[in-house]
Amino acid sequence: MTVKTGDVTPLLSFRGVTKRFGPLTANDAISLDLKAGEVLALLGENGAGKTTLMNILFGHYMADEGAILIDGNPLPRGSTDAAIHAGIGMVHQHFTLAENLTVLENITLGTEPLFSWRRNIRAAREKISSMAVEFGLDADPDKLVGELSVGERQRVEILKALYRDARILILDEPTAVLTPQESDSLFQTLKKLTARGLAVIFISHKLNEILSHTDRVVVLRRGKVAGTVKTSDADRAGLARMMVGEEVKRPTAEAMEPGAPVVRLAAVSCKAGSEAQSLKSVSLEIRAHEIVGLAGVAGNGQRTLASLLSGLAVADSGDVEILGAPGTDDPTALVARGVARIPEDRHATGVVGEMPLWENIISEERRSAEIARAGIVIDKGRALERTRNLIKEFDIRCEGPEAETRLLSGGNMQKLILARVLSRGPRFILANQPVRGLDEGAIAYVQRRLLEARKEGAGILLISEDLDELFALSDRIAVMYHGHLSPARPASELTVGEVGLMMSGQGAEAA
Amino acid sequence: MRIEARQQVEVWRIVLAPILAVLAALVLGAGLILWAGEAVFASYWALLKGALGSSFAINETLTRTTPLIFTGLAAAVAFRAKFYNIGAEGQLYCGALAATFFGTGLVGLPPFLMIPFLMLVGAIAGGAILIVPVLLKTHMKVDEVVTTLLLNFVILLLVGYLLEGPWKDPMSLGWPQAAPIVDEGIWPPLLAKGRLHLGFVFALIAAALAWALMRFTVWGYEIRAVGLNASAAGFAGIGVNATVIRTALISGGLAGLAGVSEVAGLKGYLTLDLSPGFGYAGIAVAMLAQLHPLGVILSAFFISAVYVGADAMSRTTDIPTYIADVLVGLSVLTILVSVMLTRYRIRWS
Repeated sequence: MTVKTGDVTPLLSFRGVTKRFGPLTANDAISLDLKAGEVLALLGENGAGKTTLMNILFGHYMADEGAILIDGNPLPRGSTDAAIHAGIGMVHQHFTLAENLTVLENITLGTEPLFSWRRNIRAAREKISSMAVEFGLDADPDKLVGELSVGERQRVEILKALYRDARILILDEPTAVLTPQESDSLFQTLKKLTARGLAVIFISHKLNEILSHTDRVVVLRRGKVAGTVKTSDADRAGLARMMVGEEVKRPTAEAMEPGAPVVRLAAVSCKAGSEAQSLKSVSLEIRAHEIVGLAGVAGNGQRTLASLLSGLAVADSGDVEILGAPGTDDPTALVARGVARIPEDRHATGVVGEMPLWENIISEERRSAEIARAGIVIDKGRALERTRNLIKEFDIRCEGPEAETRLLSGGNMQKLILARVLSRGPRFILANQPVRGLDEGAIAYVQRRLLEARKEGAGILLISEDLDELFALSDRIAVMYHGHLSPARPASELTVGEVGLMMSGQGAEAA
Repeated sequence: MRIEARQQVEVWRIVLAPILAVLAALVLGAGLILWAGEAVFASYWALLKGALGSSFAINETLTRTTPLIFTGLAAAVAFRAKFYNIGAEGQLYCGALAATFFGTGLVGLPPFLMIPFLMLVGAIAGGAILIVPVLLKTHMKVDEVVTTLLLNFVILLLVGYLLEGPWKDPMSLGWPQAAPIVDEGIWPPLLAKGRLHLGFVFALIAAALAWALMRFTVWGYEIRAVGLNASAAGFAGIGVNATVIRTALISGGLAGLAGVSEVAGLKGYLTLDLSPGFGYAGIAVAMLAQLHPLGVILSAFFISAVYVGADAMSRTTDIPTYIADVLVGLSVLTILVSVMLTRYRIRWS
């Protein structure tokens, strides 16, 4: 393939693409061009329309208006086949690999004719290994995908796209699940790919990555193109402003003397679904007025630790002490003790979407003397009144306490959960990915609330995959790798690089 | 064509859905009536007259509504917790067995104690038979649809054995039926004429109680939360397994009451044809009511009217009574479609 330069036909262009979902306009007359050999960042808050736009490109959705041109020719609407034939390769945020097949089988899956006498495995193997060497995407073709790490799986996804002769590679939040070192190697690969004339659309909300690894940035806001800038002319504050419309300052933690311990874990072990997620002799102390940050790549035991501290499971061995009493598998008892739990997945475990706001507000206290008369009949009047107050206090944008919870945006849903757990003045807060998927405004809000709770004397365990957030908020940081927990060290003594190494199991303290 | 979720579901859509579903079922059923070579409107008129055209007809329709309310509630409550109890038919017979066991001379009590006592043992029996399926579900993830459905046949065979063997009434002239319920246990008729009995009032009370349970109480809250999102319910501290077990016992108990009602209210003794499928029809009743306990009263009445009316229609036309089963089956299908359309819209592009 030849690299086109100058003002020739762009490789890909969107022309006035509009997509509506009921009253919501997810994409509003979006036009943008992509040239061969460039990395184009698609930046925007959650719900800005990035994923919708890419789904239209890949044929998952049909645009209501507008067209997509590849090399100046219109791309048939709503056909994933046509998109693949046109050279579009997509690496989804959640991988689409079959775990019980090998790398080779995953890559060739769907590319071979249905009726043929024998599979041309040798040619496929050669093509894959030459691509792997050329682009630094090494992966053992005979290994089962189920045995691969997240970083390796992502390489397989990219190989899968390249194997189908992709000319345009779409990466949807590719670094969300990677350690900093793995991210670096991904960017190396992207550099080699673009040198060969491939064009990359890089979807992200991490400004640092975008500033250092892309050529051009298109910012989406509420479904519209808010601006297009050359990365070399852009800066952090400017992009953030374009993204949210106004500058949002994330809060910073003020220095504070920690108080008495609220949570103590001593040599806690606990079996879980997989070996990597099973806790191995984990020790940790969290004190009042303190935020302990827990870093780690997803799937290294954070979830197991979180379930111990949210009263969903008890440890197999070791001592768990939460607010002066042993760990329990009764969430109600834990909540009564003064524990606030912000779950990892708001939709799946945080709320019952089809229930109204007020029923979700009282979910943890439905049997309490205040809410349940004689422990039997729910006092709806009181629940509604409390919900109304909390809607005001936590600025939850909604139609009222009787509105269905699923209609809330991600940020407002998280505010609802904060309202439920923080209004009781908790002494220990388990904040599991509290800002995942939220927009800048909501992130700042959640972080401010957590810092306020810390000021009022709560001890907080903050589990996050975002190192920037951990460093900004945590007093101390511990790293989880394969179920081992490093000793928590003051955040001021650590660097992002060190933590990144420990996340991949390489740091001295990792084991 | 695309299907899109509606942002908000208006109340009028929810109310209109079952009405349109019933009309659609009647239109579809008209095809079969034409096929049988009869006039559509005349046939439906005969059906309507047979179901509601005289005080005798209304009395009969309400009599048949009674067990359908109980079995409809059994399904409605269980389905709310996503516990798919398909075994109301068997639980109905369990209730009838218990009422027969205790009510044919074993226990002697005055009527005001005997009637509640038989209801109690019937409800307990109906719930008890669900213990094994529900524990298999909560502890071993065995699909309750299969276990509850298959238990129906086990129980029916047991009833058959008892009626042909040890429980056969020597006075029955050879018919497979049990000894009659003692007079103190018989539910009095509501009217001087017709078969309508006190069970109808009990059924209305049961529907009101089930509605209050689901709407106002902590248990109802927990049942709904577990059905809508078990993982969020568990996270909030609701015992998911305990809630499912509790729901199953309530559901089985309601179905058991249907059996007591038929034995002690209508027939007076247990036979193998005590229920012409009330347990299964209860599922249709609950679906048509969109699992709303008060809606169950209306949908039980409708389905009862179809069955009673179809009997009458088959006497004046050449349409067999099977048309009733077809209409009920069609209305379950149409209600499923119309409920889907209350939540989603179809876009043609």
